[in-house]
Amino acid sequence: MTTAPAAGAANETAPAELVAEFDAVVAADGRIEPRDWMPDAYRATLIRQIAQHAHSEIIGMQPEANWITRAPSLRRKAILIAKVQDEAGHGLYLYGAAETLGVSRAELLDKLHSGRQRYSSIFNYPTLTWADVGAIGWLVDGAAITNQVPLCRCSYGPYARAMVRVCKEESFHQRQGYELLYTLSHGTEEQHAMAQDAVNRWWWPSLMMFGPPDDESAHSAQSMAWRIKRHSNDELRQRFVDICVPQAEALGLTLPDPDLRWNEERGRWDFGEIDWEEFQQVLRGNGPCNEQRLTQRRTAHEDGAWVREAAAAYAAKHQTDTGREATAV
Amino acid sequence: MTTTTVPTTAALSLADDALVLSHRLGEWIGHAPVLEEEVALANIALDLLGQARFLYSMVGDEDELAYRREERAFLNVQLVEQTNGDFAATIARQLYFSCYQGLLYGELAAADGELAALAARAVKEVAYHQDHAVQWTLRLGDGTPESRTRMQDALNALWRYTGELFTPVEGLPVDPAALRDRWLDVVGGVIRQATLTMPDGPDHTPWAAGAGRQGIHTEPFGRMLAEMQHLHRAHPGASW
Repeated sequence: MTTAPAAGAANETAPAELVAEFDAVVAADGRIEPRDWMPDAYRATLIRQIAQHAHSEIIGMQPEANWITRAPSLRRKAILIAKVQDEAGHGLYLYGAAETLGVSRAELLDKLHSGRQRYSSIFNYPTLTWADVGAIGWLVDGAAITNQVPLCRCSYGPYARAMVRVCKEESFHQRQGYELLYTLSHGTEEQHAMAQDAVNRWWWPSLMMFGPPDDESAHSAQSMAWRIKRHSNDELRQRFVDICVPQAEALGLTLPDPDLRWNEERGRWDFGEIDWEEFQQVLRGNGPCNEQRLTQRRTAHEDGAWVREAAAAYAAKHQTDTGREATAV
Repeated sequence: MTTTTVPTTAALSLADDALVLSHRLGEWIGHAPVLEEEVALANIALDLLGQARFLYSMVGDEDELAYRREERAFLNVQLVEQTNGDFAATIARQLYFSCYQGLLYGELAAADGELAALAARAVKEVAYHQDHAVQWTLRLGDGTPESRTRMQDALNALWRYTGELFTPVEGLPVDPAALRDRWLDVVGGVIRQATLTMPDGPDHTPWAAGAGRQGIHTEPFGRMLAEMQHLHRAHPGASW
């Protein structure tokens, strides 16, 4: 255990023993906790990553919530509401984890709303049919799990623990999405076509969720050294493809990649080139729904300002009441 | 214990109330003022949807009943179909309805009959819904001048739909009219504690709404059903 320096203490003057202790904990696969000393850059990287993760949960509610009022059966409607509710819950855990690093949720939301912090590129694609809800469950949640399971062992304790809870629920969502697609693909001709069309539209964006190729990934090397990240983007993407190919076959659906073939030598699936130009465009804000997603988020926040103000005013008034009562007693 | 046949009109009335309000709350998801409310409103929507499914299953096929009946066949009160409006309007609707549902399910749980099992389970959920609505009514009423105005306006605007809550329902072993005084006490107590004013009683308004139980609804309801039912109706016979 280390003693935490006063918040804001100049990091470069940190005693060598603190640095050594931090390095030793990380090297031994231990956990860094909020009150432990940590390098400023480690703190900043985690804030950026956890915030972006939290924002993704919140923005990620939108494409799915888009279908809540149109879900075609009451059972599916209940499943979908529960799922979107879980995502809000994940956002809450993750903002909580980020707050242990000395930032506030309000600050992070402000950065999201002003475009200074990002969320996952995938949520800038539209949900055009009911089958998209299934494709998101199967592919998007599947990719998220592939990314997040290694984070359960990440060196920052609060993030790792949040990931354990998140991954359990995500796996459940992923199975539900798969089951939804399976039902469609084995339903009527129209339903099958709807399922195939959704997979065609979501496959490549899902592969982009693993981030840029390894040789272009800005934060990878440092994050791996700090054991925030465990595997490279390309390695995780490959794992995901290897998992999805047999699942697609079981679903009776095809993946929209003519270059997809089994590589006997590698014992893995080869797949085609990702459209990195599209990826960059989406990251720059030019995807199909970037504007719409941020506008909805900002509008919800602005429309809710008077509600939050009311809650704060009420709390302030009644805190005083309680204080007075306590004094009187 | 006597085995009775399921009181269809009663079960459908309560189921439709729950389904329609659940749907309206579902519209909030992704638009709530704080994350905690995304969770809370979704949670209440889910509870209500669960109640609706339970009740429909007593009468027939849940999806057939939810997705293939037209507007005139729905028996929900007009209060629950009112559009969400601002957060205060949603909370006022929740306050009025959850207090009614709490009293009604309390009585049903104590009574004999087919609906007792549902009611016994649902009273716990409704107690939570009621608490949520009460807490927000207090915060908005006794918060800022703006929130106070909005909350009062919302209570006033929805008041005309509360009279219908106390009209008789065929086959229901409880007479809703008998709940009215207690409902006025509970709701009135909350409104006063929130430093707000009781709206004029339904008897004093120029026109008190209330024929949902006869399948007469307000205009936004048809549009709500169109959205809810379109996909199901576009694929007759399909399973989902």
